[in-house]
Amino acid sequence: MSWKIKALKKSPWVFHVNVGACNNCDIEIVNCLTPRYDVERFGIKLVGSPRHADALLVTGVGTMQAAIRLREVYRQTSKPCVVFLIGACPCGTGIFSQGYHVAGPVDKIIREVDPNAIIAYVPGCPPKPEAMISGIVKTLAAL
Amino acid sequence: MNQEELNNKLLEIKDKLIDIEQKANKRIFLPCEAENTYAVNKFLFEDVPLRFVIATGIDSDDYFEILYHYSNDETGCVVTVKAFIRDREKPAIESIAPFLPGAEWIEREIHDLLGIDFKNHPNLRRLILSDDWPEGVYPLRKETKK
Amino acid sequence: MKETVKKPVLAVGPFHPLQEEMEFYQLTLDGEKVVDIDVRISYNHRGMEGISETLQFDQVPFLVSRVCGICSASHPLAYINAVEEIAGITAPERAQYIRVIINELERIHSHMLWVGLAGHFIGYDTVFMWAWKYREPVLDLLEEITGNRNNYGNVKVGGCREDIPNELIPKMLKDLDKLDKKTWMLTKAVLDDPIIHARLKGVGILTKQAAIDYAVTGPTARGSGIAIDVRRDDPYAAYADLDWNVISQPEGDVFAKAVVRLLEVLEAVKIIKQALKKLPDGPIAIEVKEIPPGEGCGRAEAPRGETFHYVRSDGGNRPVRHKIRAPSYVNVPSFKASCLGGHIADVTITLAAVDPCYSCTERLAVVDGHNNIIHNYESLHQLSCEKTARIKKEIGAPEWKLEDI
Repeated sequence: MSWKIKALKKSPWVFHVNVGACNNCDIEIVNCLTPRYDVERFGIKLVGSPRHADALLVTGVGTMQAAIRLREVYRQTSKPCVVFLIGACPCGTGIFSQGYHVAGPVDKIIREVDPNAIIAYVPGCPPKPEAMISGIVKTLAAL
Repeated sequence: MNQEELNNKLLEIKDKLIDIEQKANKRIFLPCEAENTYAVNKFLFEDVPLRFVIATGIDSDDYFEILYHYSNDETGCVVTVKAFIRDREKPAIESIAPFLPGAEWIEREIHDLLGIDFKNHPNLRRLILSDDWPEGVYPLRKETKK
Repeated sequence: MKETVKKPVLAVGPFHPLQEEMEFYQLTLDGEKVVDIDVRISYNHRGMEGISETLQFDQVPFLVSRVCGICSASHPLAYINAVEEIAGITAPERAQYIRVIINELERIHSHMLWVGLAGHFIGYDTVFMWAWKYREPVLDLLEEITGNRNNYGNVKVGGCREDIPNELIPKMLKDLDKLDKKTWMLTKAVLDDPIIHARLKGVGILTKQAAIDYAVTGPTARGSGIAIDVRRDDPYAAYADLDWNVISQPEGDVFAKAVVRLLEVLEAVKIIKQALKKLPDGPIAIEVKEIPPGEGCGRAEAPRGETFHYVRSDGGNRPVRHKIRAPSYVNVPSFKASCLGGHIADVTITLAAVDPCYSCTERLAVVDGHNNIIHNYESLHQLSCEKTARIKKEIGAPEWKLEDI
């Protein structure tokens, strides 16, 4: 495995992207930083720019307006990177499939930019912090 | 002001309305034609006065409707002005944003979703549809939904 | 004085970790004062009102619960109030009490969330960590009753879907006592802190007249002296049977809004304890076969303010029109009144003071006249923390003593 992926696994820095979410998953992500779950002890850190990130945490169904920005963010993220789709919305649009302003599902949007993107799915509405941490750990172990 | 006072106050603009309908306990509907809604809204917001809640745009086949919802917080009564816009080709109505800044966004939204023009609106730009959404396509219009 | 040469404009957004949602604010500056502000939303527009027309009446609560994650009990309740009004039905008493309990638990964790974020925005990360830590037991309680920490799915037309088992009530009352103590401790620490006073008082003032013109609701209105509250003004569920107070403050600044929210948490605990003790026996739902033609207006007091739903039915299975108005839709535009004339370091906290929920509304950047970003969110946050640090130096930092209860 490349040394870059090895480094990513040790202490992944994540950038959070909301592409049309109701906020539940976003709040559960921020919950992971708080004392009960405290993911910073695993080296997982939220960063302010995609250029510093090893992984993207994407929440939301992928609205048309947000899709424009998401493609840009993915291009800016340093490679290699893992895209975690958090919640039922980015995994497959779910209850929003009939929406006129929905460009998702998100894996379709990401693959328009990079057909070989590494994408991990963490379903739930919202997935509990334990589920998110488990999803991240399992994905990194599988890389 | 209590319910009786409110009912009496509404009689002052009865000439601009088609009717005063009491639908449920504490729910009053005031249907009127589009040309009179500016005066009716101004009266409700400034003279009564009531708190503006939101406006609802509806495509009702033969005409468009805009419902302006107001609340009288002392009694919990919701007063709704039901404006009928009969011209389907070029639907237009006078904007109430000049005296009611709280209505600015919802008029922009109804413009985006139903294509109704709000005359004299201070800032009638796209609000909630994406930058690449095609012009002239109105998602809540019946023909678009089909 | 506005010059024709373009002034520097600040861009906040559209992505930032702790500002969870996307919105693209454009601020125009004159030196360090904000002279104009605009926002581009649309990133969160999912077309819910359109989707609602494709669903049946009993499926819609699951949809609207996801309008916003932390108003996820208020939206379905407002919708159900509208539909029950059309059908002329009233849910059984036990269901009304359960609705109160779930909604007030949501109010508590939503306000605690805000207190934490507000602390973060002014550089008080201790407040952030403590407030979010105290939120957790509330989420645990909600999970025990409804099965989910958020998105409860507990209401339906005609009543509730899940009951609160009577055996759980003593444990809930004990948990609420503990929560009461912790909240009191946090409230006193926040409200007594001279630095928080200096940092938030007089900042981001929304005058009473501006609050009326922009039609704001909730703590945003109550923090400007407008004491409106749907739970008292147009009572729904069991609120009319319980003894509680509407909290309001006249000053209109960020501190006033913080006081309103903190004291509302304590009021919410009071309401839940009463509701648990008075919880009547009986069924939790009545059967509803059909919704007749008609139109209804339903409202609920969400943590952010009045949630208003208008539903029109033609006697069929689906709503003909469903209008969803979340409180942030009217609260957010009031930034035009509260931010203008303010200092750039106060922008983040003033915008956060209305507790904006962009997914309710649909979602900060400052660019200069040539569209170059001269400040991003991080540097704005940095300016805010620097202002707090300066104040700390002038006044002297107090010792924060919070016990781990």
